[in-house]
Amino acid sequence: MKSILKPLLMIAAMAMGMTAAGTLPALALVELNVNKGNVEPLPIAITDFQGGDALGAQISQIVTADLKRSGLFAPIDKSAFIEKIANPDATPRFDDWKVINAQALVTGSVSKEADGRIRAQYRLWDTFAGQQMAGEQFFANDANQRRVAHIIADAIYERLTGEKGYFDTRVVFIDESGAKNARKKRLAIMDQDGANVRYLSDGRSIVLTPRFSPNRQEITYMSYESGQPRVYLLQIETGQRELVGNFPGMTFAPRFSPDGQKVIMSLLRDDGNSNIFAMDLRSRSTTRLTNSTAIDTSPSYSPDGSKVVFTSDRGGRAQIYVMGADGSGQTRISFGDGVYSTPVWSPRGDLIAFTKQSGGEFQIGVMKTDGSGERILSSGFQQEGPTWAPNGRVLMFFRDSNGGPKLVSVDLTGRNEQPIPTSNFASDPAWSPLLE
Amino acid sequence: MGRIAALTRNPVMIALVAMLAVAGCASKKTPNSAADLGLNGAGAATPGSAQDFTVNIGDRIFFDTDSTSIRADAQTTLSRQAQWLNQYKQYAIVVEGHADERGTREYNLALGARRAAATRDFLVSKGVSASRLKTISYGKERPVAVCDDISCWSQNRRAVTTLSGAGS
Repeated sequence: MKSILKPLLMIAAMAMGMTAAGTLPALALVELNVNKGNVEPLPIAITDFQGGDALGAQISQIVTADLKRSGLFAPIDKSAFIEKIANPDATPRFDDWKVINAQALVTGSVSKEADGRIRAQYRLWDTFAGQQMAGEQFFANDANQRRVAHIIADAIYERLTGEKGYFDTRVVFIDESGAKNARKKRLAIMDQDGANVRYLSDGRSIVLTPRFSPNRQEITYMSYESGQPRVYLLQIETGQRELVGNFPGMTFAPRFSPDGQKVIMSLLRDDGNSNIFAMDLRSRSTTRLTNSTAIDTSPSYSPDGSKVVFTSDRGGRAQIYVMGADGSGQTRISFGDGVYSTPVWSPRGDLIAFTKQSGGEFQIGVMKTDGSGERILSSGFQQEGPTWAPNGRVLMFFRDSNGGPKLVSVDLTGRNEQPIPTSNFASDPAWSPLLE
Repeated sequence: MGRIAALTRNPVMIALVAMLAVAGCASKKTPNSAADLGLNGAGAATPGSAQDFTVNIGDRIFFDTDSTSIRADAQTTLSRQAQWLNQYKQYAIVVEGHADERGTREYNLALGARRAAATRDFLVSKGVSASRLKTISYGKERPVAVCDDISCWSQNRRAVTTLSGAGS
């Protein structure tokens, strides 16, 4: 299999130019506050990168699309540009950009090195302050053109918001095709913007719920390939697969621990109920975390690994509970009107995303880790399964409409919902950490 | 109820609800066999064959929303199944548990498993040997009915007794 994640990138970054990145005081032009009213997206002009034939324009287009989808930026249409950038390293005519209200300006260039690598560089300008905010250059293999653009978009996002970006990431998901009562389901991986789809399974067995390891090289998922549905590990690079544990019944709902050393999942009991276990991947020892005559499932670790949030119907209907990573102190935290499931702990640690069924609708929402401050971000007839962008600002989930599921992202304000393009139906997205 | 409120905003849905209400009265008689579902003509099957089981006995039972209790109509079907299975002991049996789409994927895998176990336990209580019985959950991944309304969902909330391991 061709390399997907691995030596991918030989990117060397270096600060460039007149004012090196990082030497200015951190000046955030975009304020991130999910509780505020309307966040006005920042008008930004992203010029075509010079050189590299069509590549320069392509990089600019990918950067533009990333920033626009975040909802925090309003890229200005190129036809409004007055100054034609001839030299991306020269100080631009700031007045020309101020007059079209471009508060930030991106210039850049791309070229092929003698050794075949691509060199891309960008500069980010604060037009109203009349100075450069950042400038960096990157080297990449030819195959990684889109990644270079995503990395530049992340750098711009971080410089302007003060927070890490999430564009240089991938998503594993279930590609679905065929009639609803005979769906073919395949493991698939793609860039977060829907590009570069690759299939990781052949569709002969039902596969569900893939999740990334924090090391980015591995996923855990559930498959029916042995007849009985069970949890597996898959090395993305080599295609090597491995059964997680050897249990008599169904294992399902797997997720990695934040250190990647454990998989936490549900095991079916003989009485038909399901409990949560953690398996140490090195010692192969399993620890039982719950022991109830109920459905306990969808476990998700807190980012520090000290706690686990999960779904249980031990109180009658499915609700969200939190416990220590050793199973201690199991406490219900959801008390709203409805049924709660698929809790996922934010990578920032501050929130728990969930699916809620209420009033005949399925909702995607977030609550604080003690269950307070519930906010619904998206409602629909049938939607579920949120996954966090690594910066904890955006969720992706899947929504069933028009005959099958598609992927959708929504930011924490709930105002910026975006479809993720996939050629087939798609479900169970899981976001990778930022790539390395 | 929120659901009713949501439904009544939509006249098409009101019509549907009314229809279902009527159907609901007539149908303590939910389809319980392939014949009821119009899958096959009854009577043609050889006694003791898998087709005989599906067509004349009824291979599936249905559940209420988010419930795993065996309804009275389902108990009748399962008792018939047990009698047949005790007569034709050459078959190994896999009970499939299924859920409708009105739940999340992982929860519904667990729900399907619980329905399969409840069905298995009922068959065992009627004398079917536990060693012949296995269960598997398909959650909401294998719907038989594929529309987006209540009549479909009720057909998908099911446990299906499937035969394997013997000739014919």
